[in-house]
Amino acid sequence: MILIFTEIADGAIKKSSLEAIYYGSKVAEMMGTNSTVLAIGNADEAELAKAGNFGATKVLHANDTKLTNPNSMAYASVLAETVKSIGAKVVITAKSSFADAVTARAAGALKAAVVGNVTELPDLSNGFQVKVSIFTGKAFADVNVNGDVKILAIKKNVVAPIESGNSAAVQNISPALADNLFAAKVTETIKATGMISLPEADLVVSGGRGMKGPENWQPLLDLADALGAATACSKPVSDLDWRPHHEHVGQTGVKVSPNLYIACGISGAIQHLAGVNSSKVLVVINKDPEAPFFKAADYGIVGDVFEVLPKLTKAVLANK
Amino acid sequence: MKILVCISSVPDTTSKISFTDGDTKLNKAGVTYIIGPYDDYALARAVELKEQTGAIITVLNVGGADAEPQIRKALAIGADDAIRVDVEPTDSYFVAEQIAAVAKEGNYDLILMGRETSDYNSGVVHGIVGEMLGIPSFSPVMQLDLNGNEVNMTREIEGGKEKLIASLPLVLGCQEPIAEWKIPNMRGIMTARTKPLKVIPAAGSALTTTEKYSLPAPKGACKMIPAEEAEKLIELLKTEAKVL
Repeated sequence: MILIFTEIADGAIKKSSLEAIYYGSKVAEMMGTNSTVLAIGNADEAELAKAGNFGATKVLHANDTKLTNPNSMAYASVLAETVKSIGAKVVITAKSSFADAVTARAAGALKAAVVGNVTELPDLSNGFQVKVSIFTGKAFADVNVNGDVKILAIKKNVVAPIESGNSAAVQNISPALADNLFAAKVTETIKATGMISLPEADLVVSGGRGMKGPENWQPLLDLADALGAATACSKPVSDLDWRPHHEHVGQTGVKVSPNLYIACGISGAIQHLAGVNSSKVLVVINKDPEAPFFKAADYGIVGDVFEVLPKLTKAVLANK
Repeated sequence: MKILVCISSVPDTTSKISFTDGDTKLNKAGVTYIIGPYDDYALARAVELKEQTGAIITVLNVGGADAEPQIRKALAIGADDAIRVDVEPTDSYFVAEQIAAVAKEGNYDLILMGRETSDYNSGVVHGIVGEMLGIPSFSPVMQLDLNGNEVNMTREIEGGKEKLIASLPLVLGCQEPIAEWKIPNMRGIMTARTKPLKVIPAAGSALTTTEKYSLPAPKGACKMIPAEEAEKLIELLKTEAKVL
């Protein structure tokens, strides 16, 4: 049995989790077994049934009110109990820092092998082998995963789901929740509202020091808005507090793998490239033709970002 | 107050990665090894907490003898003693098992490490250790303050951050801006030479093995679009790259 751990946002399964469901159902097919989805927290039953569209037959929904706010320790306890109760041998999740926190504790409880940043379906011809991205995207490793329970965290865009039109049966579960899982108190949550989530985004527009100051971000925001893209930035920009830290993309920031990454005024230091090199298409706009980022790019424009960005926004809006 | 700081020894972030022995081993020639960048933040914050509370810092590495320069550097930055578990850090569960065994023995109040190592980027070791020890774990923590037994933290979440209060003991995965990286001074470097470094054998066995490594396919040439015709890019992204 394959179990897919999913994340919920606004009552529905997140897009990255739908990819994980599709990936999990493919692994189930390869192993001649079924896939079950675990959804924790407040979610709409009709939304959860959509897991069927991505290949799952069943959704287990734990919606105890104690689980409404994401709590990695409580979620991990539910995950580990579910793995045991349904006898799952493989757990799939979309890679995210919350999912990492959850699967880590579940792995500790289950003595499970955990592999992160999986980039392909497993090779089952000789044991259980997966390809993982290592050194922040600079290389790959083919890893043999042993252990009775295996947990795989997949990267975004590893599979392109084909929707079946099926619907999954949703069953409520009420796992036991020990009091000590809720020992920490969240006193404040500060979250940007109305923004497209960076790790989930298909399109990303990112700015570097070439934007020359936080007051100059509007042309970049306009393009992101026109495209429906998330916004990101380089490390110096977040260090200088021009943009919030959660937008920082790179070796020590968020790693993204969108369909399109547009870099504006970013020279392309190796540490920045590490966070974006698994993007499908990279566009670089920089006034310096020698910027190293052009070597990694698919499309390049040598020019002033403040002249180029409005032209791009205009073209996007005209094409709509 | 006892703090355990777990450090990885990893190639410098600017390193060019290549492989040898039929792509079965990392080519270490010309590669400079450093304390994992995130672990370095954890260490820096531990040293600041030591200055405030008089805490004792033990630095722990799971790795071969070639990690010792990085361990000595951590001692020079301000750790008091060190433990190296003499085994290749193959997979997250296995590494966590080593850390948990040391932690049980030493009874630490606070176990700090980076949010992830910069080689495998899995980001799960802290959570596994927390579960093995039966104590809470949080990551990625970007602010950490102690108030007696009470710990005030800020954790990054998708699209923002949250403030948390919890009690010791805890395991935390750290990231910037929890503290600024520290550079060892001459006195630190001198005293680090004589600080105790204990080497112990590993417990348990690895759950994964790596069969082969590979590099990404080289990128094709970058298609340049003149700035005065920038709008053409949007057309190409639609019709040629098909991403819009």
